[in-house]
Amino acid sequence: MYWNARMECMPPEELKNLQYRELKSLVYKLYSFNNFYRDRMDEHGVHPDDIQSLEDIRKLPFMYKQDLRDHYPCQMFTSPREEVVRYHVSSGTTGKPTLVGYTEHDIEFWTDSLARALTSIGIGRGDVVQVSYGYGLFTGGLGLHYGAERVGATVLPASVGNTERQLELMMDLDVTAIACTPSYMIHMGEVAKRLGIDFIRDTKLRKAILGAEPWSEGMRRHIQEGLGIEAYDIYGTSEISGPMFTECEERNGIHIWGDVALVEIIDPETEEPLPPGEVGELVITVIKKEAMPMVRYRIRDLTYMEDDVCPCGRTSVRMGRISGRSDDMLIIRGINVFPSQVEHTLMNIPEVGEQFMIILDRKGALDNMTVQAELRPEHFSDKMSDMMAIKKRIDNDMRKYLNISVNVELMDPGSLPRFEGKAKRVVDRREF
Amino acid sequence: MPKRHVIKQISVFVNNEPGRLAKIARMLSEEDVDIRAFNIAEASGFGVFRAIVRDPDRAFERLKDRGVIVKETEVIAIPMQDRPGGLFEAAAVLGEEGINIEYGYAYSGKEGAIFFIRVDDTEAAISALLDRGLELMKEGDL
Repeated sequence: MYWNARMECMPPEELKNLQYRELKSLVYKLYSFNNFYRDRMDEHGVHPDDIQSLEDIRKLPFMYKQDLRDHYPCQMFTSPREEVVRYHVSSGTTGKPTLVGYTEHDIEFWTDSLARALTSIGIGRGDVVQVSYGYGLFTGGLGLHYGAERVGATVLPASVGNTERQLELMMDLDVTAIACTPSYMIHMGEVAKRLGIDFIRDTKLRKAILGAEPWSEGMRRHIQEGLGIEAYDIYGTSEISGPMFTECEERNGIHIWGDVALVEIIDPETEEPLPPGEVGELVITVIKKEAMPMVRYRIRDLTYMEDDVCPCGRTSVRMGRISGRSDDMLIIRGINVFPSQVEHTLMNIPEVGEQFMIILDRKGALDNMTVQAELRPEHFSDKMSDMMAIKKRIDNDMRKYLNISVNVELMDPGSLPRFEGKAKRVVDRREF
Repeated sequence: MPKRHVIKQISVFVNNEPGRLAKIARMLSEEDVDIRAFNIAEASGFGVFRAIVRDPDRAFERLKDRGVIVKETEVIAIPMQDRPGGLFEAAAVLGEEGINIEYGYAYSGKEGAIFFIRVDDTEAAISALLDRGLELMKEGDL
């Protein structure tokens, strides 16, 4: 079953023509209405007229996450403010968040993209979908909510937390599909086991749409066998709208709808394109975006593309698993954290020095982040209350700026490793 | 200048690293620091080792030279030998005066037990306790 058979199964040559036309009109629009991108194109010595074929996309300059921060809040917008119907926000490095704006049209194509995706995994009218992604500034909750409603499913907007209640509702309301992070899925399974709930016997759950953090085929097997469900990978980030693309029932790569987004895989060093099947950095152009178009966005995820036709009949390219990052971003419980954010936060805390280490562990299914920082001798106190206040302050600041709770370990001055050249401040002991 | 009614205590920061306390204990023994009483407070991730030692100034300098985070603080020492209920009395006086006891620990010496307390306002605590006729020890009395 297809949601939009014409677009999903369009012959590749016809799709390429469509993409070329859409790209060209997008670039003209940007050049005329978006000061940021016009300046960048001028600096790069490229004019909209230079785009004469789809391959000419390579002539266009890249966009980076830093661009969004530098132009916070609305300087990147191509649409007038009153056309923007929604904001989503993610935390930022130096207190400056990343803001994304959506016009009605942007919400529409995002919803449509997810409607195609949900249909491709067999979710539709009659299904009850529990959305256990965070609702609010994060895109996951509302994105899936709109998509699931669009296909005619019944939505349970459970958001995150209170696992026991979530399980209770899942049983009471005959939930058939869930959208959450893979680690939360595992956590739910563990809590269910403790409560004597057997997923296969006691629930109607049959499908899970999992993403927003790295996971592996090993985790997929563990979830599928342990819970008796089918687990599907979903991809997206707030910069491109939110979660947008999933695998189909074949589970052999994430379908990237060609009329929505143009994807390139490049060598992150040379920036040269790589052939299908080869792992490189994903560069994404969302051709349908109105309020805040993203052109050749360096998303920093490493993956590969397949361009053969999927047995499901859809002609779009398919993206493989994300195998890593071309920068040092960490994904902890679905939240993006850069070591530089930790550094910046610690720099504003006088009781500790500027050296730090991040240690990541997985306790059960949930990630644990420990930050080690060196205590400055003049701030040492024999009173535990003073010492706890230092830890508390670090924890509070991390929560405030990174939106994540951390374990804080205070260390002796000089005890943390010093680095010459590239610092390796992250010890990741998690197994995906 | 008359000696004040306080005893110097050294406090050492002990981080979470396994064997860290043993390392500090070894340093103390290598530096010939004679420990009269000690106490360890711990929280998740770190601890504080507090000790009453002979010649605290010397111990402080030696430990500092060895790169340990160490601090000297003043504590009040109340001998308990001939006053049953002395601890209650001292605590009651401080409570009435609104002085908080941050922590306390005891030492059982030849002459009897001594209770060391760290308060949030040392000077006020000393005058309150002396006013009520409690005996307080001075540096060198130990």
